[in-house]
Parts: sequence; C-alpha cells; structure tokens
Amino acid sequence: MVRALQSTARAGIGVAMIAAGAALLPAAAQAWEPTKPVQFIIPAGTGGGADQMARFIQGVVAKNNLMKQPIITVNKGGGAGAEGFLEVKKASGDAHTIIITLSNLFTTPLGTGVPFSWKDLTPVAMLALDQFVLWVPADTPYKTAKEYIDAVKAGDDKSFKMGGTGSKQEDQIITVALEKLTAPKKFTYVPYGGGGTVATQLVGKHVNSSVNNPIEAVSQWKAGALRPLCIFDSKRSIYTAKVTATMAWSDIPTCKESGVNTEYQMLRGIFMAPGVKPDQVAFYVDLFKKVMATADWKTFMEQGAFNQTFMSGDQYKTWVAAADKLHYDLMKEAGFLAPGK
Amino acid sequence: MVYQTCRDESQSTLKVPGTIIPTAARRETTGRYTVDEITSLIGGFKVALSWYNLALMMVGILLGVIIGVLPGLGGANGVAILLPLTFTMPPTSAIIMLSCIYWGALFGGAITSILFNIPGEPWSVATTFDGHPMAQKGRADEALTAAFTSSFVGALIAVMLITFLAPLVAKFALQFGPAEFFSVYFLTFASFVGMGKGSPFKVLASMCLGFALGSVGLDKVTGTLRMTFGHDELLVGFDFLIAVIGLFGIGEILSSMESGLKFSGSHAKIRLDAVLQTWKKLLSYWITSIRSCVIGCWMGITPGGATPASFMSYGLAKRFSKSGDNFGKGEIEGVVAPETAAHAAGTSALLPMLTLGIPGSPTAAVLLGGLMIWGLQPGPMLFVEQKDFVWGLIASMYLGNIAGLLVVLTCVPLFAAILRVPFSIIAPVILVICAVGAYTVHNSMFDVWMMLVFGVIGYIFQKLGYPLPPLVLAIVLGDKAEEAFRQAMLGSQGNVSIFWSNWLVGSIMTLGVVLLFWPLVTWLGQKRKSRSGNLAAASAGAAAVDRDK
Repeated sequence: MVRALQSTARAGIGVAMIAAGAALLPAAAQAWEPTKPVQFIIPAGTGGGADQMARFIQGVVAKNNLMKQPIITVNKGGGAGAEGFLEVKKASGDAHTIIITLSNLFTTPLGTGVPFSWKDLTPVAMLALDQFVLWVPADTPYKTAKEYIDAVKAGDDKSFKMGGTGSKQEDQIITVALEKLTAPKKFTYVPYGGGGTVATQLVGKHVNSSVNNPIEAVSQWKAGALRPLCIFDSKRSIYTAKVTATMAWSDIPTCKESGVNTEYQMLRGIFMAPGVKPDQVAFYVDLFKKVMATADWKTFMEQGAFNQTFMSGDQYKTWVAAADKLHYDLMKEAGFLAPGK
Repeated sequence: MVYQTCRDESQSTLKVPGTIIPTAARRETTGRYTVDEITSLIGGFKVALSWYNLALMMVGILLGVIIGVLPGLGGANGVAILLPLTFTMPPTSAIIMLSCIYWGALFGGAITSILFNIPGEPWSVATTFDGHPMAQKGRADEALTAAFTSSFVGALIAVMLITFLAPLVAKFALQFGPAEFFSVYFLTFASFVGMGKGSPFKVLASMCLGFALGSVGLDKVTGTLRMTFGHDELLVGFDFLIAVIGLFGIGEILSSMESGLKFSGSHAKIRLDAVLQTWKKLLSYWITSIRSCVIGCWMGITPGGATPASFMSYGLAKRFSKSGDNFGKGEIEGVVAPETAAHAAGTSALLPMLTLGIPGSPTAAVLLGGLMIWGLQPGPMLFVEQKDFVWGLIASMYLGNIAGLLVVLTCVPLFAAILRVPFSIIAPVILVICAVGAYTVHNSMFDVWMMLVFGVIGYIFQKLGYPLPPLVLAIVLGDKAEEAFRQAMLGSQGNVSIFWSNWLVGSIMTLGVVLLFWPLVTWLGQKRKSRSGNLAAASAGAAAVDRDK
C-alpha cells in the first residue's frame, strides 16, 4: 500500500517535471532577451561621433519600442577609451553590457600598451563605416587636394598645421600617411580633445587643415566656412542630395581621384563582453538590424555621409582582424607603437 | 520676411570669417537686428508660454535642483539620463525641459556648497569659500539668497547677450586658439596667487600637489600614459569631483567631529524676510556683479566654461574689493562674485553651441547630442532653418530662470532650517550622499575609497594650515592649461612669442603677468615706504630706527 502510494507520488513528480520541462521548452526556443536595463558604453567623451551615434541608437530604440528594457548610455572615455574597453573586458559573461567602438579599439592598446585587444571582446555587428574628409577653410586658395599637398611640399617644413582628435589615433595616422606625399616636408600635427573643437579651430584658422569626419564639419561646410577637398575612400559617397547650394556629398572627389592615394575609414561597430552566449549575441544583431531599418537611421546616415555597410558573425570578425593588422602596420610605420608592442 | 533678409546678411558675414565689415554697414545691420530680435523673441515667448511647456519648465527646474544638490551627478549626467524621456516630445518642448534641468542644476549646486561645504558642481567650489563660513555664522539664509539672486542676474545678462548679439559674439569665439586658451587659464591662476592668508610657500606646495594629481592619466598631446604605475584604475586620472567631495565634504565632517559633533550653523535663525534684507545689501555690490558678468559671459563664449569663470571672478573680487582681506571668512561679496560668473558662463555656453555647433560645457555637449536626435543640425544654420526652435529656447531661458529663482527663493528658509537638524543625524546622511556622488562619477568603487583618502588629506591640510583652493584649482585647470600650452608650442614650433602674437592673447597674458607679480609690487612698495620711513627716522635719531626695525 505504502509502496503503491510512493510510486504514485513518484509518477506525480515525474508528470510535474515533464510539465515543467514542457513549460521551459518554448521559453528556450523563444530566444534570449535582456532582463534588466542594458548598459551602452561609449569609450569617448560626450559630443563626439561615437557619442552622437550611441545616443541616437538609444533614442531610436526607445522611440520605436524595439526592446522591452531601456538602454542606458555611459561615457567612459578615460585613457583614450581604455576605461570603457577594460570595463567590458572585465564584465565576462555579462550580456547586459555593450560597447560602441571607434578606431581607439585598435590604436589605444597599440599606442599606450594598456592590456586589451578586440580579441578580448565578442564582436556583434558593424553598423557603418565613418568617412574622413580633408577640409580647409573656405577662403584659402586650395581647390583640390593636389593643390594643397603641393603647397605643403613647397612651403617650409612643419609650417602647415593639421588639427586632429587625440594623439596617435586615426587623425594622426592619416596625417602620417599624407606625409608620404609631402616628403620631405612634414605637417605639424596639433591634437585636440574632440572633433567639434577641431572643426571650429579650423574655421578660426588656428590650423591649416583637418581630416574631420563628415558629421563633425557638415554644419561649417553648409555655412560656407569650410571647403572639402577629398574623401579618404576608394569610391565617392552615395549621397546625392545637395548639402550646400552647389554641392552634395557625392560631389566630393575621392583622394585617389585628386592624386592623393590614401584611404581610411573608421569602424562604428558593436562589441560585447567575452564569454557571452550565441543567442545573446543574436539578440543584439537582430536589434541593430531593426534599428537600421528605421527611417530615422537612414536620415542619420545621410547627415553624416556614412558608408552603410552591415556585417555580423564571422564576416565581421574577419574584417576586424584585418583592420587590427592594418592599424598595427600603420602605427609601426609611423613609430607610434608603445614599447613592447 | 525682413527677418529672413537680415539673417541672410548675417550669414554672409559668417561665411567669410575674418572679413572686416565697414563700421557703418555693421551698425545698420545691428540696428535692424535689434528690432527683428525682439519680434522673434515675442514669437518665441508665444511658443514657450503654452501650459504644456510651462509645466515641463517647472518639472525641469525641480529635477535640476535635485540633480544640482546631489554631488557627482551633475548637470551633464542629469541631462544625459533624462534625454531619452524627451524623444517622444516635440523638439522645442524637449529642449525647454532639458535646459530648465540645466538651470535648476546651476541653482542647486549652491545649496550644498553653502550649507555643508560640499560643492554639488565644479563651478560651486568657489561659492564654498565664503558661503560656508556665512552659514557657520548663522547667516545661511543670507548666503543662499545672495547666491540665488546673483545666479539669476548672471544668467539674465547672458541671455540678453544671446538674444541681441548672438552672431556677432559667436565670431569672437573663433578667435580662440590654443595660445588664447592658455592665456585665459594663466590669468585664472594668476588672479588666484596670494589668495591664501598663510605662507606663500604653502600655497605653492598645495598648487603643485594639485598639478601633480592633475597630470595622472593619459597625456593627451603624446597619447601615452603618465604616472599610472601600471594600475588600470589610474588610467582615468583623478577626477576633480572626487577630490572636491573628499577634500571639502568629508574633510568638513572630520573637522566638525573634532569640534564636538555639532554644526556651528545650528543656531541659524529662520527669518522670513531674509530675502528682502539681503537684496538691500546686494545693491551695493553692483561693480562686482558687472565685473563677474563680463568674466562669466566671456568665459562661457570662449568656451572656457563656468568653473574657471567662478574661480577667476572670485580671485579678482578679492583683489579689488575694499574688504578683500575678509574674503574666506564669510563675506557676502565672495558669494556674489563666483555665482554671478558661473551662471553667466553656464548660460552663455549655450551660445557657441547654437551658433557654431561647439559645446561650451559638458551639459551643452549632451544637449547637442539631443539636437541631432530631434533631427536638428546644430551650427551656423540653426538660426536660419529652425527659427521657432531657437527663439522658443531663448524665451524659455528667460522664463526658466524666473521660475527657477521663484522656486529656490521660496525654499530658502526651508534649506536654512536643515542646519538645525542635529549633526549626529545629518552627518551620516551627508556621508552617504558624498559616497553616492563619488561613485556616480565613473560608476566605480575605487573612487569612493579615493574620496575617503582625499577627505583625510583635506583634514590634514586644514590642521597644518595649507590652503585647499589652490590644490582644487590646479586639479581642475592644470591639465587643460598644460594641453593648451603644449598645443600652442607645437603650433609656434617652440616660440614663446606666440603668447604676444596678437592683441587678444597679448593683452590677456600681460594682464595675467601683472596680476601674478602684483603682490610682489605692493610688497616692494611697502618695503620702500618703510625704508624711506627708516631714512627719515635715521636723520631724526638712531633710537627711532631701532624701533622701526
């Protein structure tokens, strides 16, 4: 009797377990989603290109209800972004932390020796590539990149000042690349805190040129204070809508067309902490696909003349590995590597 | 329509920076401007004065005051946190609410500085120098009224500047290159020399420690790490807010504990007419107010920011005031000067953001991000393309500041009454607020420990008679001054004459040098006077000489 009762009980438990299992199964199939607010780290200060894009994404996600949990953006730009990257590296397995990158993902560890690399993080998706444009004040005589480079070549050594964001980062890397063409003359590279400051310093003629991202200088261009000479991409921009009275982004020649064989683009991508599960990565890939499908995103891309390239998975990983190698080579050539790198 | 043509004219002046417009033409433009500005402003008031916008304004002010009171949170963070709330609002309403948070935070920063010696915001540090001593003497209500009123005056003048001179003044900001920035920082340091009443060597030691702490972290000019000794926590350097919360807030609690666990301000009387009484006194400080407004507006536009403005204004007020020797002991003028300048700077910092797209302050930078999300492109074209938005914002600056002043002034007796709470209750509360504030800066526990270390340093400094203001000033502006100096040196290829290369930078540098050596000049003057006195005495008799010696 007792045994019979026991067996009934056991069977009951078994049934309950099966029921529980059945209840769990659809949940597992339904894929992972965030259970608390997602921290979106910006490894740069407020107001710059990465900051603008991250806050924009935060806004688009909130406005279109793309996620149940909110995104909270946090600026951690200390130590040329090392602060933010180290935090993500430490947050192993935490799927509620994502980070937006700029080139300092590659340049900061190479230039400062701070121990992190992209391999410590989990690649999620490439959102876009940010362009670089060679700008001069509108009332200087240079109409093409070639004229400007020739002027630098003809001038005194270091008499032309190139303004840029940060030191041993993308802007200075491009400057060093340009110096191959102006050899033996060099630029004086003047590092500033942010791209907005650089554009203003250029309008005020405290420097002779800059390689600002489009979004950082577009307003000054519209107002007729700056002139774009060339874009550091293999082909012209696809945006044909007029920005000024006479010119669209697509009217800016590539640097190659103007006889300046230099190309450089900056990754605007998303990474997560190490040790996160594939379905967690998949959630964010899907989320960013939804963000990119919005009309707001398309307007934002056009405003900043971004190169719209989306990548995820292995394709993205391969791209990042190649970009890392490229930065290593460029920085080695420029002598920017930290001791021991 | 007239407005449009007029704007186009201004646009053409912006198009060619550096072009000299004939004086007559410029006057004509400015003259027509004024009429148009007023018409546009009235249009702006119509936008801002809807019930919905007025309600948002009050919500913004209250949130802002709370944000300002909590140290470490800060206006920039507060605006950043609340930014997503505004994405579903119309852009004009959104910016009205966010800018009101900003005004509220500017007002709120003064409250904790005066009552507890904890500056809620970097630009409130200078307010503690005299505001807190006043509170200790039982004059907290007076200090608060002075602070709020001065803030209002500063902001009002700056808004008027934005209304009528925006395009003209915006061009001035373009004149500022690295050399000019350095000259401004140099002037700030120079106006602070001789602040301490003790030994000048102690001032120097304190300032040098500040410079050393300020240089930890990434060297922005060479892109390499300095003085981090391989510790990742030191990458970000010593944040100024953590140092200030520790040195002032925790240091103050330690001192109070020693002096018998009570706040010396506890005998504060609650006077309901305190506001009116203080206003009468404030009228006599009009020169200080004007000077502080000028400093503030200038620093806001250039964009030096509210923090150097408040320090510089305090330093100059002390230098030029008849009662300069009493500064630091609870002089009302020492509250008026930094508060007026900080608010004038904080407000006029929005001007370069609107007209040039460069943020004059961290909060302005976050607002700039907001503009982009609302689909507005900040920069020279904003005034032309988004008239409703710009003038709605400017009108809300007037209304927001008036609303803010009313809110905070009615609360003055309430704030002053906080000091009557027994120390044993309030001290733990302050400690928690300080710790939360320090944590919020980088979301890191390391900062909380650093805050405690700074607290002990602050206490030891007080015991040994080393002044804290030079230390704080050096942490705040040291790295910026260094960066500007090195940028200028790069540009001039090492030639120091760049600091006298045009009238603007030359005059600021010369003023700085004069101020720097002023104590020496007065000291030499006194010495000569006493020496000539000695000579006269010598002829009169040797005994007199001995006495003089």
